[in-house]
This record gives sequence, C-alpha cells and structure tokens, in this order.
Amino acid sequence: MPAEYAFPDSAAKAATGEFETEKMSLSMGPSHPSTHGVLRLQLELDGEVVTKADPVIGYLHRGDEKIAENMTYNQFVPYTDRLDYLAPLANNMAYAIAVEKLAKLEVPPRCMATRVITAEMARISAHLLGLGAFGIDVGAWSVFMYSFTEREKLYKLFEELTGARFTTSYSRIGGSACDVPEGWIGRVDAFCDQFLPLLEEILNLLTRNRIFVDRTVGVGVITKEDAIAYGLTGPNLRGSGIALDLRKDKPYSGYEQYDFDVPIGTKGDGYDRYLVRGEEMRQSVRIIKQAVAKFPSGAWYAEDAKRIFAPPKDKVLTSMEELIQNFMIVTEGPQMPAGEVYFEAENPKGALGFYIVSKGGGVPWRLKIRAPSFCNLSILPKVCVGAMVSDVVSILGSLDFVMGECDR
Amino acid sequence: MPKALEAIAALKGRWAAVSDRASLDHPAVNVPPADVVPVLRSLRDEHGFDMLTDVSGVDWALGSRPRFTVVYHLFSTQSHEYVRIAVDCADDAAPEVPSATGLWPGADWHEREAYDMYGIRFAGHPDLRRILMWDGYPHFPLRKDFPLSGIDTALPDLEVVAETGTNAIAAPMMGGPFVASPGEMNMTDAEPRAKDESWTERRPKPGAK
Repeated sequence: MPAEYAFPDSAAKAATGEFETEKMSLSMGPSHPSTHGVLRLQLELDGEVVTKADPVIGYLHRGDEKIAENMTYNQFVPYTDRLDYLAPLANNMAYAIAVEKLAKLEVPPRCMATRVITAEMARISAHLLGLGAFGIDVGAWSVFMYSFTEREKLYKLFEELTGARFTTSYSRIGGSACDVPEGWIGRVDAFCDQFLPLLEEILNLLTRNRIFVDRTVGVGVITKEDAIAYGLTGPNLRGSGIALDLRKDKPYSGYEQYDFDVPIGTKGDGYDRYLVRGEEMRQSVRIIKQAVAKFPSGAWYAEDAKRIFAPPKDKVLTSMEELIQNFMIVTEGPQMPAGEVYFEAENPKGALGFYIVSKGGGVPWRLKIRAPSFCNLSILPKVCVGAMVSDVVSILGSLDFVMGECDR
Repeated sequence: MPKALEAIAALKGRWAAVSDRASLDHPAVNVPPADVVPVLRSLRDEHGFDMLTDVSGVDWALGSRPRFTVVYHLFSTQSHEYVRIAVDCADDAAPEVPSATGLWPGADWHEREAYDMYGIRFAGHPDLRRILMWDGYPHFPLRKDFPLSGIDTALPDLEVVAETGTNAIAAPMMGGPFVASPGEMNMTDAEPRAKDESWTERRPKPGAK
C-alpha cells in the first residue's frame, strides 16, 4: 500500500482500543417493505446496533375522528372498515356495540352469533396475513403464498355475506346490514373443516424452521411489566405471558357461551407472539364451529332498532308515517341519548376502543378511537434499543401492526 | 361491591375535590388538574387499575367553560373493570394538565396526540411534540373551530413548496358529507346539514381570494 493511503491515526487508535466511532442516523421507511405501510423509524446507529429509535407516524392520518363528529352514527360505519383494514368485520362490530351501548339497544341472539362468526373469520384472515408478512420479513417467502390462498377463500365468504371483499361495512347500529344468505353458514362450516389441516401445514413451515427460529427467539423481548405499562393489548400482550383476553374477561356479543382457550407466551419474544397468533387461529375455528352448530333463528336486528333503520322502501312510497320517519333518519340521523360510553373489543391486533361523547341528537360530539396498533407501536423506542438493524425488521413483523388504524 | 366503585369511594374520601361524573357505563369521576397525578397513582398502586388504556381530549365548543377536558380510561388486569377520570383544564386559552408519563410510559404517545389535536399541554411531558400532524403545523385540527374541510397550509418541506409551488389545500367537498355547525349550542340548529361548499374549475372556492 502506498504511503499516502495509510491511516496512521486510526491504526494507532485501533491498536490502543480507542477507536473513535460516530453515530449514524438512518431513516427507515416510510416506504420500506418491512414497515408494512407507512411507518418511518428514525434510527440512531452505532455500527449495526440501534442506540435510539424514534417512530414517526401520521403518514396515513385522515382525521377519522373529525369526520365522525360531522356525520350520523350509521354513516360512520364505512370509515371503521378502514381502521384495521385487515379485519373490517371486527371493527364494524366493535363500533356498532359501542353505539348500541349508548343507545341502550339489545341485539337478538342471531345477530350476536353472526357478529361472533364474522369477527373470528376476520381474526383468522388478519392473523394469516400477519404471519405471512412476518415470514417474508425474516426470509420465509412461501408462508405468504399458502396463507393468501386461505384468505382468498375467506374473502369469497365475506363477499357473499356483505357484497364486498375488503370494505365490508356489515354492521349497523342495532343489527346488521342484511341477514346471512341461504347456505352461507354451511359454507363457513366447510371452510373451517378444510382450513384446520392446512393451518397445521402453514404453521409447520415456520414453527421448526431453523432460520425463522434463529431470527425470532430472544428478539424483541417485552417483559410483563413493560407490556402493561405501555398499554399493549392483544397477541402482543399475551405473548408476554399475561392471560388477558376481553372475549373471556369482559365478554360481549355472547362470547361467554363459547368454549375456547387463551394462549399465552412465556418469554415475550417475537417467537412467542408468533406462537400465540398461530394458536389463536385454532381457537377461532373452535369458536366458529360452536357458533355454527347452534346458529340461532329469529330476527337479525333489534326490535327497538326500527327507529334507526330506514323503513322498507315500498312503505316509504305509500305511507305518510314511514315517509316522515325515512326523512328524519336521512336528514338528522337516528336520535341518541346524551352521555358518555367507552367500549373495547378484542380485535385481531388488540383492544379496539371507542369513546363516544354524545350531547343527544344524530351526531357524536366526540368519538375517540383507541387504536391497538397505536399503543402497540409506542413500545418501539424501548424494544428497538440494543437490537441489530436486521432485528428491527423482525421486531416490526412480530408486533403485527396496521398503520391505517395507528394513524386514523 | 365492584372494585371500581370501591376505588371511587376511597378516592372521594381522600380528595375532597374529587366528584362523581355522569356516565352511561363505567364509574367515572371529575378530578381537578392539581390532584390528577396522585389520584392516578393511587388507582394504579392501591386499587389495581394498572393499565392506562386511553387518554383523549374533548373540546366542549368555543366559549363554553371549561372548554377542554382530558379523559383517562384505566383498566384493571385483575378485576377487569374500567374507570373513567375526567380533568377539566382551568385555562381555556392555554389548557394544561400534569403529565401521566411518570406513571405509565404508554401515556407518552396518547398525550402527544391530545396536544397535537387540541393543543392541550401536558406539564412534565419529556418530549411534547406533534405526533400525527407534522412538526410546525399551525393548527389544532380536532378543535371545534377548525373546519371539516381543513385550512390551506404550507407544506412541511419548504424545498418542495419552492419547487412545486403547491400547498396543503382544503378538501373540496363536492356534494360532501353532512356538516355540523361548530359552536352551535341549540342541538336542532347544530344538526348536520349538507352544506354546499363545492368548487370546480369554473366555480371558485367559497372564501378564496
């Protein structure tokens, strides 16, 4: 090496162990395959090790809460599809139950059972995508292909039920948009039967996969104390070993009638969160099978909800009473009592909460959406510190978040 | 007796200023800003409400007193109950509440969001920045005097502005959603009406120069 290319200072420092390092700032995202949407991480690196992580969110902020204050309760249902857009049916249900609490409406058993079935199907669909994307993040491509084949079957069933594959908007205040179609329940049952063996196949691709295990075990460990202190919910909380599931502990929509287990992790690392999600899908199938076996007959909307639903069209055109009611519902919205309610449902990503402040009338005064992904991501500055850059990708995959919900 | 009601009774015995709050579901109390941190600490350590699930701001409309309220929802992972703590901000022009970040690190993002959307400051918060809107955004979008369609604002990156000459413009509301009249106290008048604020190439935007 010619003399002018030598770096005597550095060489001397390296020899004495005083090698000077400089922190590097790295902006990861907002368009990075591992950030699952538009999350940006402002990382500070010491070599390959993360010394500081500052998540930058808000790229998908649409002002859903502002919009909610400017429309009637039923008009907001389609906006809930776009929160956790991987499980719109579960969001629809959580929102409808929150408003029903305000309106003091009791929905009949058939509606509750339909909501449980659809919410559990949404959970399976969301977890399948979560695992598929997690697999891709850590280098296992094929899982995604298998899980998407199964999701396609679910989408077919969603389309049959709601008319839309993705943006379902199925719930209404006090009921559903429509009853389940003829033979649909049987097809859901058939899906469950063929899904269970395939699920084992999908999980077998990851559970003992050497690469997957090496990249997730001991990575992104969240202790029990931290999980509670940061308000983590859903599989991320249960992965840390806390058996808290609102379906079990604060049952709604008739979940108390069904027999299912709540899986928990032991170490709180990415691998535990993966195992919890895998087992939750098996439990979801168990719940669906029970709900299908004793699917109740009867009305699919609350009797009291007739003042909320628009009357049948032929009546509107022939009867004065119904015409007036239709006019009032369309222009002013269904009238709600004044008061405050807060309701949380156990969604695939965690506890989705709606805090509604009503001053009476047809629009909410304030509608706060407590998004599980928002709370789950708030722990990132803590878990990423000390991890390698490649581990950050694994941590993000294991937290399974949706930015549509986080940014609202 | 449910744990939440026990806790509320104990709080009212200890802090004279804590009072019941109307609620349709979970037990709720009003707490003055000065007592909120000790009250939250007592709920967390003595009554088992160990999880802070939500912090949200509420704007009770321009001119009402108090104008801003901060509402906390706590959850107990043992007894599986919720309690609601509401704190009215004393100053309507510069609302401020003590921060709960010392009790729950998870309060950090919730408080940043309440600051971002309502301009409520949290005293003692280590890093009170905007979270959903960009740094330097001049408005508080969830305040009732902020219009639904938005306000024309400069983009955050001045280089982009210089290059493209564009701004963040208010949303065109062609046949748009129902619009409630902000600040309207009479509920019949405040009912949302379809307000035509649409504009096209031929018809100028209402209120534009």
